[in-house]
Amino acid sequence: MTDWPLLSLVTFLPLVGAAFILTIRGDEDVVARNARNVAFLTTCATFALSLSLWVNFDPGTASFQFVEKTLWLPGLGVSYHMGVDGISLLFVLLSTFLTPLCILASWQSIKVRVKEYMVSFLVLETMMVGMFCALDLVAFYMFFEGVLIPMFIIIGVWGGPRRVYAAFKFFLYTLLGSVLMLLAMMAMYFAAGGTTDIPTLMAFRFDPAMQMWLWLAFFASFAVKVPMWPVHTWLPDAHVEAPTAGSVILAGVLLKMGAYGFIRFSVPMFPEATVYFTPFVYTLSVVAVIYTSLVALAQEDMKKLIAYSSVAHMGFVTIGIFALTQQSVEGALFQMLSHGVVSGALFLCVGVVYDRMHTREIGAYGGLVNRMPVYALVFMVFTLGSVGLPGTSGFIGEFLVLLGVFQVNSWVALFAASGVILGAAYMLYLYRRVIFGKLEKPELKSILDLSGREIAVFTPLIAMVLWMGIYPAPFLNVFHTSVSALIEKHEVARAAVHAVALAAQ
Amino acid sequence: MYVAAVFLPLLGAIIAGLFGRALGDRGSQFVTCLAVGVAAVMGGLILSSIGFGGRTVTIHLAEWIHSGSLDLAWSLRYDTLTAVMVMVVTSVSFMVHVYAIGYMHHDPAVPRFMSYLSLFTFFMLMLVTSGNLVQMFFGWEGVGLSSYLLIGFWNERPSANAAAIKAFLVNRVGDFGFALGIFGVFYVFGSVNFDTVFAAAPAHANDTARFFGHDFHAMTILCLLLFVGAMGKSAQLGLHTWLPDAMEGPTPVSALIHAATMVTAGVFMVARMSPLFELSETALAVVTVVGASTAFFAATIGCVQNDIKRVIAYSTCSQLGYMFFALGVSAYQAAIFHLMTHAFFKSLLFLGAGSVIHAMSGEQDMRRMGGLASRIKLTYAMMTIGSLALAGIPFFAGYYSKDIILEAAFGAHSDVGRFGFAMGIAAAFMTAFYSWRLLFMTFHGQPRADEKVMAHVHESPAVMTVPLILLSVGAVFSGFIGYEVFVGHGMEAFWRDAIVTLKSHGALEAAHHSPLWVKLAPLVVGVVGIGLAYLMYLSAPGIPRVLAGAFSGLHRFLLNKWYFDELYDALFVRPSFALGRGLWKGGDGAVIDGCGPDGVAAAARGVARRMGRIQTGFVTHYAFAMIVGVAVFVTWYMIFHLR
Repeated sequence: MTDWPLLSLVTFLPLVGAAFILTIRGDEDVVARNARNVAFLTTCATFALSLSLWVNFDPGTASFQFVEKTLWLPGLGVSYHMGVDGISLLFVLLSTFLTPLCILASWQSIKVRVKEYMVSFLVLETMMVGMFCALDLVAFYMFFEGVLIPMFIIIGVWGGPRRVYAAFKFFLYTLLGSVLMLLAMMAMYFAAGGTTDIPTLMAFRFDPAMQMWLWLAFFASFAVKVPMWPVHTWLPDAHVEAPTAGSVILAGVLLKMGAYGFIRFSVPMFPEATVYFTPFVYTLSVVAVIYTSLVALAQEDMKKLIAYSSVAHMGFVTIGIFALTQQSVEGALFQMLSHGVVSGALFLCVGVVYDRMHTREIGAYGGLVNRMPVYALVFMVFTLGSVGLPGTSGFIGEFLVLLGVFQVNSWVALFAASGVILGAAYMLYLYRRVIFGKLEKPELKSILDLSGREIAVFTPLIAMVLWMGIYPAPFLNVFHTSVSALIEKHEVARAAVHAVALAAQ
Repeated sequence: MYVAAVFLPLLGAIIAGLFGRALGDRGSQFVTCLAVGVAAVMGGLILSSIGFGGRTVTIHLAEWIHSGSLDLAWSLRYDTLTAVMVMVVTSVSFMVHVYAIGYMHHDPAVPRFMSYLSLFTFFMLMLVTSGNLVQMFFGWEGVGLSSYLLIGFWNERPSANAAAIKAFLVNRVGDFGFALGIFGVFYVFGSVNFDTVFAAAPAHANDTARFFGHDFHAMTILCLLLFVGAMGKSAQLGLHTWLPDAMEGPTPVSALIHAATMVTAGVFMVARMSPLFELSETALAVVTVVGASTAFFAATIGCVQNDIKRVIAYSTCSQLGYMFFALGVSAYQAAIFHLMTHAFFKSLLFLGAGSVIHAMSGEQDMRRMGGLASRIKLTYAMMTIGSLALAGIPFFAGYYSKDIILEAAFGAHSDVGRFGFAMGIAAAFMTAFYSWRLLFMTFHGQPRADEKVMAHVHESPAVMTVPLILLSVGAVFSGFIGYEVFVGHGMEAFWRDAIVTLKSHGALEAAHHSPLWVKLAPLVVGVVGIGLAYLMYLSAPGIPRVLAGAFSGLHRFLLNKWYFDELYDALFVRPSFALGRGLWKGGDGAVIDGCGPDGVAAAARGVARRMGRIQTGFVTHYAFAMIVGVAVFVTWYMIFHLR
């Protein structure tokens, strides 16, 4: 197995499926059916293949594994370089895990242009996986930006009534940041003597003054993606208008790209700048946690509420990354995985009732438990996951982040922990309004409980939430070595900063 | 046995919860009762082998969270403190399970109810058997979840849903403190496992820790943070508001969760953390003051409430206050002793009240009861036993445990101890008063309910009365039996190192040598309280109305529970929603989007429109623009280059 270019296979297998779907001809029903089947099988195969990455992964080393490297543009020093370490591995799996579920969740809700929809999703998967595997700036940038295109199309074509506004807002916000990142990448290319190789750049020490600018430029791009306050306003709109599966990928994987970028680029490549900007990130994150939690409390649209909760949860992630202790960074990574599963599942939960009633207004529901007991249970599990109840995946991430940051800065821990109270408030308030109460609305009287297909979508997600909450060791073990290497490197830089500061006095 | 006692209830909960429809009501009841019943038998065996057999057992189950120097495992750790709690939890839980068969037989969702009850029992057992703070937190939040589910069990009632959310959120506020306490413990000790922390505690006795920009005495700040968690769970002053509302849940729930077990988790936690609390005089003083104030404050409210369950709820709150000030004067053993006796007599009272409510077809207002004594004799007898125990009448359970607490508070010879003693005596008086007020209003005098309800009054079935009788045995004898081993001469051999007390904290020792008047005072005020209740509610029933009229301000203040709910609503709930809406519309909508994407887009569109207007399409206009342009260019060139 090890001789195979596993990463390239996982990355590009969905493209093969997409090409296959494009060749399907026939009347609309046949095309739709075949497109669904091909997409589902392809994504399942991709997931199975990616599992072998996890099985063969050696958690004992911090260096990149499954490395593939061939020259691409030899004159420019650009190569096609792929590899994963303990930080990126599980995000590859998260992407390949969620995509088949998305295909399954779109089985009936997407009725027009099914073929194009499935192709978009497969392309999206390639871009996501490639982004997490790329070890060369050029390839990374292409995948990073490439993700936007299928997502833009998914929102813009299959989205809700204000889809065009949302799609453009999403696209412009993210593109603006990316342009600055591109400039920074070029600057790095020249400064580091003509290489775009990420491991090489990680070992290269940039001039501290230059680091500040580079850090800010990357920050512009990643902060939009996370999204951090105050550049988060594209997210609620994008989520509300996106089709269910689009929201799942958006919340589940796309939001992780920004945080991944921080860990892959900002922290290891610009250590001095990271030290300098840490209070700034803390501030924005704490504001995000409290501000968006309060805003979530006031929402009347289910998807918007969950979108705002995502911003709050990602606030924990950025805090964890920049606190830079073993627990906080592992917690941040774990929270990213957990949030990917939980918020994706919550969007699927909204999708279930949206498919039936075609509204996301919280006020249009109430008393669903009477007609949909299974749905109520499923929704409860993910609500608790989002609330961070111990025993669910949400707890481990939040707990480790807060534990870690408390060791460094107790104020930040104090404020961030208050977000946990607000998180419980808005989620339980949502749950109560939708699920509990008397079933009085006439149009809800005949609503049906989960179908077999929907149960099949939710079962693996519930299993993940509980598994990650009760026995998280298999996930945390993957992180350990890479995270401690990251922190060790950072400690050296921090010591250097202190030495310079002392010398200046 | 040690593992099965904890996990059998979980198994029962899963079976009844997932396959309840297939099993039917009977099947679910059987499965859950069997599981908890077996656990209860094991609970007894465990107490005898751990508490009386002098063993401690730790069982490693699995790895949980491992990250850097943080190493947490799923484990079960049994010492005497745990064994007492396991015995109390499983036995009361079993009684309540059986009782619920009768009480809930009308309900359409029996399997769900039984499943929740068993789930709660599992979490509670996880809480008390934990070997580290985080697994304790798991059980802690888990019982909060079960409590939330059970309070909101009748989820068609808006009031039940509101009460459920309130309970969860107020508890979360407490948990917020608890969590920060855990982080602090990790900061100071580098571990959150009990064995490691307790072993290292004396070495850190004088550490300072820098939290929130201040240098604190490490043990003080840690204990205070942890105590915030205990206050939330145990409904102490300030974080008590959820407990009375929690009475929206079915009565068996109130008996199990909101009287006997979950609300005592805070007491358990402080007792568990005694090696830390012992090192901070300040924290102990705070615990004493908060506990004593709660004991007094809740009792004042209990005196005027009219809902039978709310009276008992405030009584619970008040009794928890007793336990806390016992903890605060380092009489941990006395607190746990009272916890145990209270679990029996208070669940007896609640289940008795449930039997009354059942008989009265769901009526809970005591003003519409009265004269029930002859109709439901057994329930009356049981309620009387419970009240005698609660009021601390000699030879009933509460007499032993409450007296030792008051004596210990007196014996602490400190200002806070004396404060605790004074508040405790005052509360003891009120306790006797409201207990008998409850009995008299419910069972004596003329029936105030309408004919139809009265005609329907009936004694509960055996499945409900047998648990009552069994609990009454506990309410009568547990004090007498437990006294020697819990707080008497057998104390050292029984507790061993489950509870740590410094030599200098000799309150419990001094309690045995307190003056006679201290020993008699609780009894005297108790009897006076009963007499006053007799006077006001039987011999001269006009007095309460006259008093309420004369002191209408005070009466309203008490009836409205010191206006805590209104205060919190105005301080926290409304502002949060208003702020949320304001930030959404104002912050996100107007400022961020207005200056950001929408504003830029609007500006770009405006510029484009103006630019568009220039494009008129007439050649003359373009020619004119060109000429102007050339003229400007030439002028500029001449001015700047001819110089």
